[in-house]
Amino acid sequence: MIQLVELSVNGERHDLAIEPRRTLVDVLRHDLGLTGTHVGCEHGICGACTVLVDGAPARACLIFAAQVEGAEIRTVESLSSDGELNDLQRCFSEHHGLQCGFCTPGMLMLAEGYLAEEPEPTTEEIREVVASNLCRCTGYQTIVEAIDDCAARRRAALQDRLDRRAS
Amino acid sequence: MVEPRFRRDGAWVGASVPRREDPRLLAGRGRFVDDIALPGMLHAQFVRSTEAHAELLAVDLDEVHAVPGVVAAYTAADLDLADITALLDRPAHEFVPTAMPVLARDKVRYVGEPVAVVVAKDPYAAEDGVEAAVVEYAPLEPVVSDLGALAEGAPLVHAEAPRNTLVDVSLFATEGIDDVFAEAHTVVEVRTKTGRQNALPLETRGVVADWDDRDEQLRVQTCSQVPHQVRTVLARCVGLDEKQVRVTVPDMGGGFGQKCVVGREEIAAAAAALRLRRPVKWIEDRRDALTAAFLAREQRYVVRAAFSADGEILGLDADVVCDMGAYSCYPFTAGIEPLMASAEMPGVYRVPAYRVRGRAVTTNKAPTAPYRGVSRPQYVMVVERVFEKAARALGIDAVELRRRNLITVFPYTGVNDITYDPGSYLESLDLCEKTLREEGWFSRRSDENRVIGIGFACFSERTGYGSGAFAQRKMQVVPGFDISEIRMDLNGTVSVTTGTLSHGQSHETTMAQIVADRLGVPYDRVKIVQGDTDRITYGWGSFASRSITIGGSAVAAASVKLGDQLKEIAAHLLSGDPEAAVLEDGGVRVGSSWLPFAEIADVAYLKAHLLPKGVGPGLAATASFDVGGDGTFSNATHGCVVELDPGTGGVEILRYVCVEDCGVAIHPQVVEGQARGGIAQGIAGALFEEVRYDEAGQPLAPSFMEYKVPTAMEIPDVRIEHLETPCAFTENGAKGAGEGGTIGAPAAVLNAVNDALRHTGVELDDTPVRREAVFRALEVTR
Repeated sequence: MIQLVELSVNGERHDLAIEPRRTLVDVLRHDLGLTGTHVGCEHGICGACTVLVDGAPARACLIFAAQVEGAEIRTVESLSSDGELNDLQRCFSEHHGLQCGFCTPGMLMLAEGYLAEEPEPTTEEIREVVASNLCRCTGYQTIVEAIDDCAARRRAALQDRLDRRAS
Repeated sequence: MVEPRFRRDGAWVGASVPRREDPRLLAGRGRFVDDIALPGMLHAQFVRSTEAHAELLAVDLDEVHAVPGVVAAYTAADLDLADITALLDRPAHEFVPTAMPVLARDKVRYVGEPVAVVVAKDPYAAEDGVEAAVVEYAPLEPVVSDLGALAEGAPLVHAEAPRNTLVDVSLFATEGIDDVFAEAHTVVEVRTKTGRQNALPLETRGVVADWDDRDEQLRVQTCSQVPHQVRTVLARCVGLDEKQVRVTVPDMGGGFGQKCVVGREEIAAAAAALRLRRPVKWIEDRRDALTAAFLAREQRYVVRAAFSADGEILGLDADVVCDMGAYSCYPFTAGIEPLMASAEMPGVYRVPAYRVRGRAVTTNKAPTAPYRGVSRPQYVMVVERVFEKAARALGIDAVELRRRNLITVFPYTGVNDITYDPGSYLESLDLCEKTLREEGWFSRRSDENRVIGIGFACFSERTGYGSGAFAQRKMQVVPGFDISEIRMDLNGTVSVTTGTLSHGQSHETTMAQIVADRLGVPYDRVKIVQGDTDRITYGWGSFASRSITIGGSAVAAASVKLGDQLKEIAAHLLSGDPEAAVLEDGGVRVGSSWLPFAEIADVAYLKAHLLPKGVGPGLAATASFDVGGDGTFSNATHGCVVELDPGTGGVEILRYVCVEDCGVAIHPQVVEGQARGGIAQGIAGALFEEVRYDEAGQPLAPSFMEYKVPTAMEIPDVRIEHLETPCAFTENGAKGAGEGGTIGAPAAVLNAVNDALRHTGVELDDTPVRREAVFRALEVTR
């Protein structure tokens, strides 16, 4: 059985004719060629496939593509623009928050979604959120530090903008 | 040019420069094996045994062929492939060779063993096809433990291996050792069982294979740490010659040893591609990765140690049994774990008398491969338990007892016939203890309202096993050397091959730093070529912390040769003395004149008539490196503080300090990353992860719900302190840094747990430490 599904990914509309059982992550990776999102377990534990669905981190391996029609989906490919890494990506690099890079897109999208919702997290809160996903290389410390640093820089930049507006 | 974050002495080596790997991996533009799609590509999945031990009576694939989307399905008889056999040069009473068929033929030996391969138009259809297969078994009694394997009258996993024993070696047996034990003031004994673990790269295994008529090659893209070994085995299995197989490795999502052996599924998928003349992809799913991939670490130790009254260790007597599962892995064999433990156990201590028996037994469980640290996490844990127990028996502080026995004069040749190059064994212990003391953990330990313990682990780790060291193990295939080919192209850019293979360790960056220093060019002018059997001379890939020690040395040696060529040509062009020429700022200085590399390359390629007499066109050099003697030893001391929860039996790590010495750190941030990641895996083995089976040999941890991989909530921040004892005989002064974290952590954690239990009289020596055991121990005293 084939079903017509309309998806919006990274601001672009896609029309797909797919089996209803096809998962979102398979559609992203193999139908749309967005291979930045990875598959680690296919049962919702490791979080390598984390993407944003209407801004909230979600496991793309546990969602059928047909379930997210009408939602705005964002993947790791949306973070950098014109070949420039965004601030979160740069923080991961500076803190050595990635080694093999397999969990990284999931970690980035998890953090991106979380920081949008909670711009002033404590380090412990960040640690709890990072515990949603698995990393086998880093021991997590540098991932937590990268996100912490990015949050601090974003706060400083916001404060800077407010100060300048006030003056 | 990228600005480094810090540089030491103006050199690239020693600077934590931005990683070359990062931009693509962060942008989601890496290329992992499952990211590869070829036109007309098919997808393979495997029919796997549901029995732990059974005669294979019939494999009926008729219904499989009827499933929509299925293109082909093959049994062992259909594909008719040669077996994978790994050998040791040891007599029959020490080693029994066993063959691993690519697909099971007459018998299955573990749940998850591949029985047939199904190839379909998409992965979903392949799985539908797998479900339609009908396999008929005649179940046999399974062997599910090492003790069961060795029991009188036990069923045989391999008919040719009596008592299910694949390796049985007795080594060293210092003369008079029995008298040493008989006369010793104190003898302590440690009995330990360590749990079976999965190395668990987050990217599962996988392959894309296709036959190319133009190249007359079977092209295999696979996430392997050892591409040349895959080529050799695949060529043999399918009956091609070496030049007809090209193995390339894309980005790899970790390996940790699980991918440093040749897997059966990649051979079967490639054989299917060869037969169908269409690309075939196989991506292992997590269930298969947890149950049917190569596992490790299930070992049993009985170790006795003799001490004098003042705490001098007099002897070590060990019996090691490793449960290697159903098959020997290629190229290391089932001897990998018992031989490592037997050869290296005395470790950092001056042990005058040593005897060991090491055995590998075969059971009806998924087979094993080397996993980060290989036996060292286990025997270090056992020896460190020995010191803790002896300290209690003798009434000497455990840290002081270690101090009295550590090797302090180098080079030191041990009772195990190994010569240890200089390290900082004592200094690292002192610094680790001092750090924890200054942070106040020793005073917190005495808080009577809390159950807090402190544990240490001292160890060294042989890294960069050269051919000589592996030959001592009597492997028939002897890894060791590495060969590098370097080339300078027009405009002075450099590319260099390495037979090692980065899968998270940052070699694209660190190897480039090594070349950059040798040639005097920025590191981003250097491209590292790895993981391609057509472009790289036979290499051994990355394992055993060999990449920087051996591969990095070959890269350095090739760079020096290229530098000599550049100097010779430049001196000729500048009419100067080649002996006076120096490499400087991306060019060659001869006296007061300076010629940029780009101009030298211009002559070497575009104006060859200007070259000196006897110098051929082009700028290229080849060099190899092997570690002579016994290799080089990194060392570290780990200190761990735990708090036990009497209500739940939970173990919380409050602090973790690692004082490490891997000689010259090429990229300190990368070294720290290796240490932290390694420690996380060691903690995982000490407290959380275990592959368990029921009595029928059915795996009990087929998903992440049962196989408990620790998260950021369980893994603590790690304070790392560096010491630097440069290696005298690798090109960069570097020692290996890939495994140490994993080696020290189980010992430090287990010692800390036992220290916290000191008031209970209970000692826990098995890993993973069970919450229930901790709860029961504390219950007695509550």
